[in-house]
Amino acid sequence: MNFDLTEEQQLLADSLKRYLSNEYSIDARSKIVDSPTGWSETVWAAFAEMGLLGVPFAEEHGGFGGTAVDVMLVMEALGEGLVVEPYWVNVGLAGRLVARGGSVAQQKRILPSLIQGKHRLAFAHTERSARYDLGHVGTRAKRMGSGFTLNGEKRAVLHGGSADTLIVSARTSGTDTDPAGISLFLVERSAPGVTVKEYRTIDELRAADVWLTDAVVPADALLGDEDRALPLIEDAADYATAMLCAEAVGAIRYANEATLEYLKTRRQFGVPIGSFQALQHRMVDMVISYEQARSMACLACVKVDSAPPAERRLAVSAAKIKVADACRHVSQEAVQLHGGMGMTEELKISHTFRRLTMIGQTFGDAEHHLERFAAGGAGKVSGSKS
Amino acid sequence: MDLNYSPEELTFRDEVRDWLRTNLPADLRQKMESYQELSKDELLRWHKILAKKGWVAPDWPKEWGGTDWNVVQRYIFEEECGFAATPMVVPFGVRMCAPVLLQFGTEAQKKKFLPRIYQGEDFWCQGYSEPGSGSDLASLKTRAVRQEAHYVVTGQKIWTTMAQHADWIFCLVRTDGNTGKRQDGISFLLIDMKTPGISVRPIVLMDGSKEVNEVFFDEVRVPAENLVYEEGKGWTVAKYLLGYERMGTGRIGASKRELAKLKELAGEQMKDGRPLMEDPRFRDRLTRVEVELMALEITNLRFLDQMRRSGRPPGADVSMLKIKGTEIQQAITELMMQAAGPLAQAFRPIDAMDFDHFTARLAPRYCNLRKATIYAGSNEIQRNIIAKATLGL
Repeated sequence: MNFDLTEEQQLLADSLKRYLSNEYSIDARSKIVDSPTGWSETVWAAFAEMGLLGVPFAEEHGGFGGTAVDVMLVMEALGEGLVVEPYWVNVGLAGRLVARGGSVAQQKRILPSLIQGKHRLAFAHTERSARYDLGHVGTRAKRMGSGFTLNGEKRAVLHGGSADTLIVSARTSGTDTDPAGISLFLVERSAPGVTVKEYRTIDELRAADVWLTDAVVPADALLGDEDRALPLIEDAADYATAMLCAEAVGAIRYANEATLEYLKTRRQFGVPIGSFQALQHRMVDMVISYEQARSMACLACVKVDSAPPAERRLAVSAAKIKVADACRHVSQEAVQLHGGMGMTEELKISHTFRRLTMIGQTFGDAEHHLERFAAGGAGKVSGSKS
Repeated sequence: MDLNYSPEELTFRDEVRDWLRTNLPADLRQKMESYQELSKDELLRWHKILAKKGWVAPDWPKEWGGTDWNVVQRYIFEEECGFAATPMVVPFGVRMCAPVLLQFGTEAQKKKFLPRIYQGEDFWCQGYSEPGSGSDLASLKTRAVRQEAHYVVTGQKIWTTMAQHADWIFCLVRTDGNTGKRQDGISFLLIDMKTPGISVRPIVLMDGSKEVNEVFFDEVRVPAENLVYEEGKGWTVAKYLLGYERMGTGRIGASKRELAKLKELAGEQMKDGRPLMEDPRFRDRLTRVEVELMALEITNLRFLDQMRRSGRPPGADVSMLKIKGTEIQQAITELMMQAAGPLAQAFRPIDAMDFDHFTARLAPRYCNLRKATIYAGSNEIQRNIIAKATLGL
């Protein structure tokens, strides 16, 4: 048992925190959010410069070959800074799909430029009626000559607009909810037949709906094995969920620090409101939620690298249950304890509230993961009653 | 970051586990697992088995019989005991009076009391709370007046756990009623329960258990040599002990065992022809408790790791373990009782009959465990401590 961070881990986290505290104030962030693209190329280039984009990827591609715990520390710092740039989607989700499922040629083509900050990915997977069932895919891919033709609709594709390449899940066989028959394709966002409509999310990120209309991709666009992408998708979703838990931990830490500071400085009836026991106890419960959530995020991140699938699923679902509950608890209390000010656009706390709310239900809310946990880590639980 | 025990820690755990498996008498284990009250003799039987092995007081200095275990080993031992369903080692002697004597006692006091505590020859209880002094301990009123070589003690203590078994009681008493600060003028006395003028009256709790008492002192003559530390400095002793008392863990091991039992129970109880365990409403509540327990185990290990590295005694973090640990304990007792459904109403047979004693213990246990968030510093007091010590509010 050892919760020590290595010197390298500490240095990486510290340099990122320093960068964010200098360059990523809430005002700077608001300007980025209001910019046409909704993210900053300058910040992205700085992340690449710091080596953040390559943390988990193999050294042969220019990465660090780091562990999930290394990425966890980055995600905590990004959560604390409430960063809107598409780090999680690129490094924690789509990048993971390429690193785990891509051929050598695909990895060589994509990962070095991703790590250098020149090429971005997104994962176009969720569909209108899929909810959190990762195996629910209605988009179809048909063999056409040596390649494939894709038809279908994808919803809420996070950072789809900023991606050069979309990783699209499509069905090469079976019905919409069959666990087998799903394949992944690398699709250029600018390719004919691909329509991307971008919008802002409530937590000030960008997402897109994507239409594929007879979009033609070559044979080497197939990522991983045909028909057998679900285990790969589940692996990446679990990895990404663990990272999301870490981001939540960082955001919760910020919410708690800001609320505590507010309790000490805001005065009513001639005294700091933090002298009121009714508020003290609520603050203490927020701190307890944080510690418990952090423990579970550590567990999930330790397990996603190497645990067998069933164990990995249990750990990730358990973590997401606790983290989703903590996201809801802390975000609601933080706003309440800030009073009217907590409601305002002006304070970072309201932005944190929105992000925590959405993290709570990304890749499954607490109820989804309660069901998955109870199924004893079975792969597919929802939407597949047949 | 590594959440697993090291090979050495695992070897230690297996050694403890094996020894407990071999040496815990089956009748005691069975009583513990079915939530029955243990008699004084039964408690002492286990105490003496541990004393013989040298494991009854792991935290004591080696010269007095301690084990020299580090914080992680102590934690492992504690949790393995909980998991194995051992009776508790009654804390009042080993974990409360003894640390006080080790810190503040004279050589003569240590020599007189420590070996007898270790061997289970003296049974101790704690005289802190009074009818008007619960969480506000410093308001205590029991008086001790010095008369030559004696203190004469008059007053009343309450909630005194196991006073009915006790040979000795350690007490906070007021030796000076005229100080400016209420915390001044309090002294720490060791009192022989056989001294004339002491009477004990049980307080029956709502589950029918008789574990707490009122203790009355009517001009009880206590030799002055039984004063610990200086007269009027008892509050210093009390504060030290409160810090020490809170060193406990989140009772992870015992809760894990009980959670497994709960799952077993919910697997046997039927609802609409299916095991209750498959009812999503029940199952989700159970899973949330399970996840909270998983988190608490890691939180507990994180705190231990911090303690091991910083070498500092546990701070207000321990309050968090108490809050969460007791909340989880209570949640499990509640789900256990609910799992039994209508059968949980049974309590005690009146005539000879076939009677399911285990199920009949679940509701009393639920009632009894309401105490967990009240004793040893209520959970509200624990929140006060965190607010003040950790958060600076």
